[in-house]
Amino acid sequence: MGDRNTSVTVESRMTPDALSRLHQVGFSRRRFLQGSGVLIVAFTAADMADRFGVVPGGVLAQGGNTPQTLDSWISIDASGHVTVYTGRAEFGQGMSTVQTQLVAEELSVPISRITLVQCDTAITPDQGTSSGSQAHPVNFNHRNLGLAGATAREALFEMAATRLGVHIDRLTAADGVINPRGDASTRVTYGELIGGQRFSMTLKREARRKPPSSWTILGTSVPRIDLPDLVTGRFEFVDNVRVPEMVHGRVVRPPVVGAKVVSVDDGSVSGLPGVLKVVVKNDFVGIVAERPWQAMQAANSLTVTWSQGTGLPSQRGFYDHLRNHPSRRSTYVVNSDDVDAKLSRAATVLEATYLYPYQMHGSIGSSCAVADVRGTTATIWSATQAVYPLRDTTAMVLGLRPDNVRVIFVRGSGCYGLNGADTVSYDAALMSQSVGRPVRVQLSREDEMAWGENYGLPYVIDQRAGVDGSGNIIVWDVESWSATFGARPGYDTPGNVVTGALVGFQPAPLIPRVQAPEPTRFGNRGNAAPSYVTGRVRQTVGGTGNVAGQRVLQHVVPSPFFTGPLRSPRRLQNTFAHESFMDEVAASMQADPVEYRLRHLADTRLREVVNEAARAANWETRPSPRTDNPRTGVVTGRGIACVLYEGNNGYVALVAELNVDQGTGDLAVTRFVVALDVGPISSPDGVKNQVEGGVLQGLSRAVGEEVTWDSEKITSVDWAMYKSLFLPAWDHPRNAVGSQIPMIETVLINRPDAEAMGAGETAITIVAAAVGNAIFDATGVRVREVPFTPERVRAALSSLR
Amino acid sequence: MSDITLTVNGQIHTVDVDPTTPLLYVLSDDLGLRGPKFGCGLGQCGSCIAIVNGRAERTCVTSVSLVAGATITTLEGLGTPRELHPLQRAFIDEQAAQCGFCLSGVILTAKALIDQNPKATESEIQRALRNVLCRCFAQTRMLRAIKRYAEERV
Repeated sequence: MGDRNTSVTVESRMTPDALSRLHQVGFSRRRFLQGSGVLIVAFTAADMADRFGVVPGGVLAQGGNTPQTLDSWISIDASGHVTVYTGRAEFGQGMSTVQTQLVAEELSVPISRITLVQCDTAITPDQGTSSGSQAHPVNFNHRNLGLAGATAREALFEMAATRLGVHIDRLTAADGVINPRGDASTRVTYGELIGGQRFSMTLKREARRKPPSSWTILGTSVPRIDLPDLVTGRFEFVDNVRVPEMVHGRVVRPPVVGAKVVSVDDGSVSGLPGVLKVVVKNDFVGIVAERPWQAMQAANSLTVTWSQGTGLPSQRGFYDHLRNHPSRRSTYVVNSDDVDAKLSRAATVLEATYLYPYQMHGSIGSSCAVADVRGTTATIWSATQAVYPLRDTTAMVLGLRPDNVRVIFVRGSGCYGLNGADTVSYDAALMSQSVGRPVRVQLSREDEMAWGENYGLPYVIDQRAGVDGSGNIIVWDVESWSATFGARPGYDTPGNVVTGALVGFQPAPLIPRVQAPEPTRFGNRGNAAPSYVTGRVRQTVGGTGNVAGQRVLQHVVPSPFFTGPLRSPRRLQNTFAHESFMDEVAASMQADPVEYRLRHLADTRLREVVNEAARAANWETRPSPRTDNPRTGVVTGRGIACVLYEGNNGYVALVAELNVDQGTGDLAVTRFVVALDVGPISSPDGVKNQVEGGVLQGLSRAVGEEVTWDSEKITSVDWAMYKSLFLPAWDHPRNAVGSQIPMIETVLINRPDAEAMGAGETAITIVAAAVGNAIFDATGVRVREVPFTPERVRAALSSLR
Repeated sequence: MSDITLTVNGQIHTVDVDPTTPLLYVLSDDLGLRGPKFGCGLGQCGSCIAIVNGRAERTCVTSVSLVAGATITTLEGLGTPRELHPLQRAFIDEQAAQCGFCLSGVILTAKALIDQNPKATESEIQRALRNVLCRCFAQTRMLRAIKRYAEERV
């Protein structure tokens, strides 16, 4: 990491917690690099770029690193203590615990002897963005940290073989001690092997990972290492970062979308207590005061004259606005040349359109950051999921060199994608640069919801299927319209989030392409293609189904609001449409929904999760809807949905059972049954926790959550207007269906020999479809627009009857 | 500005603040406590909850002048990582959290309820928690933890 990382600057810029973490470790990185008695495993930046999918910018951003410059992953000191440096962040999904398990397993040391240091541009490697809450195997760091651990273990075994005069194949290790198998008296500890010497080695690609069959720490439900501090209020969230001389900033955002600053009257706050400075840069306005309450009051008093806004398309007609937008970028995911012919000769053709709204990450904590910008250097304490990209884009916002910016990850509240963590980091940095002191900024709830985060994408999805005389689907045709604006900032696009744009950076442009090119290979990362098509593009077949006639055409149009990767981005919206429509086709063929899915699925692992979920739920084989439900009062139903997340990253099926009050339209899910296959399971309880949370978050998004706006601004700016599910809601005054926290049963299919897949975004992807299918089963009414509010359910019921 | 005295987690503090300042800022900025957190500033989500004179109160909408002289308990005041309060222990036993940001509100709401009503039923626990938000949706586990604690006490 070069010369910018001296122990003096590292330590003087650390928060008390970060500093104590390093002191617990016993040395700063500088000291261990200089000191004696340590074994360091590292690899070259070039290697990381070539082989492990880190974007090239990430490596270039390290500035001055030659290919031989090493980023360390693991160090073991002379006492046998292990320090792990990871570029993958914890945001509440258990990543810090499971990464510790991974190293403990590969090194055969107890968890208690490991210290994990996460995401700090001064001391951890650049691993790009941590995304997808365990959704991606790379997040879990199997390939990087796992190999680093294996490299260190093999080196220690070689040293032990020499030291003990025993052949390496006869050695075994436990708790940081190596001895010949069956001979506990001849032994040497890791600390003794390292002694006063320094060992520095590069990561060995051929180092042998322990096979899952021999795991003793991985594969077990190790308790979360962060929970004792969390339950006792000791844990340091980014909200809790306090540094000397720190003052408090507050942003003043435009009142309506598209408004620009005309003038700011500093005099309007000049007499107020504690006010230090009004900071204006293009359309960014902030105010800094000694204390947070003073900053809030001053922000409310500050007189800013704004221009008119640009106006917004009507929410009522918004889905037509998407469909008819003149500027769009079109892409085929798959396009067999026989779709129109097969549709024309099909015995039955079914069609339906599904609608999905903008939704929020809606992090419970309003976004917060602390920045200390002095002269040409800056330190940012941020809950960003991407420390190196934030370092580079903050440097752009401040006009500094990336090398002079340090970003230290400090956990925030659960994020689920791209909340305001990056934006508020720019806010704090801009205000700190202006006042020359450390500034802490926390957004108001309204600013978080209207001017903080990047919303999940809205979608219109047309579905059409042709069925032959035997009732089998022979052709499936999908056309969708979604809207985007902005994204993760990456290494060079601060304008992709609110504050970057307010100070004048442009978001990444949407380049129109009206004529979609023919696909050249099949990829289903966005689950744009349903599970039931073969996914044939040219000579390759990448799908999970057996329907050969297939066309998936996607259009992206400009969004009036910032958008980003909300948990299971695109996959959830697309899968809601596919799995609802599959149910419609099955019902129209009077087929059981499970049997009909299996009839069109070729992939054995996807078939297995469907079968497992149905078995565990005691699925009753019959077509939907139920024929014995009355047309009034509360009725029950069940629905199923399934997906191979991202087309290759987690098999999941879900059965939902619910009650529908046909008078009020209220829903109460009583039971969810999930079957999941994500390869070898590293932490069974950790996966279950992710599945349970994903299912209930998916329920909240299915039944309540929707961003709303009027002719000029966002109107869902608090928890009264943005309808998150507050669980339990059993005594909701209008709720006659007895809603409680649903039972959630999870069946985990462990495949020790398979490739590790992601768990965090699997279950949430299919909740809306399973719930919608259960509503249909109970009532015979199909609700094709999310969220399934009581009003929509009632309207659908009355339109049928 | 004026002097206001509070008893927080067993210690007496006198702070010199604008009396309209919400209690949350006094706890987190003047006293440096990490338990109560800013979630919405509107009294909607429960992240800021502390036990004030025996009741779970939303400190983001409670002016400090209104609670002068009060006895206040934050999450730090229950137990420590080495000496956990049984309710905190139950949350660890059930692994009842994801990001953990809501825990202060959830645990203190349950504590205040069960202190007042040691025989609280499951539906009474659910009713007490109905306005405490968890956006990671770890409620199934949190409810199990609270029930475990309540049953252990009986």
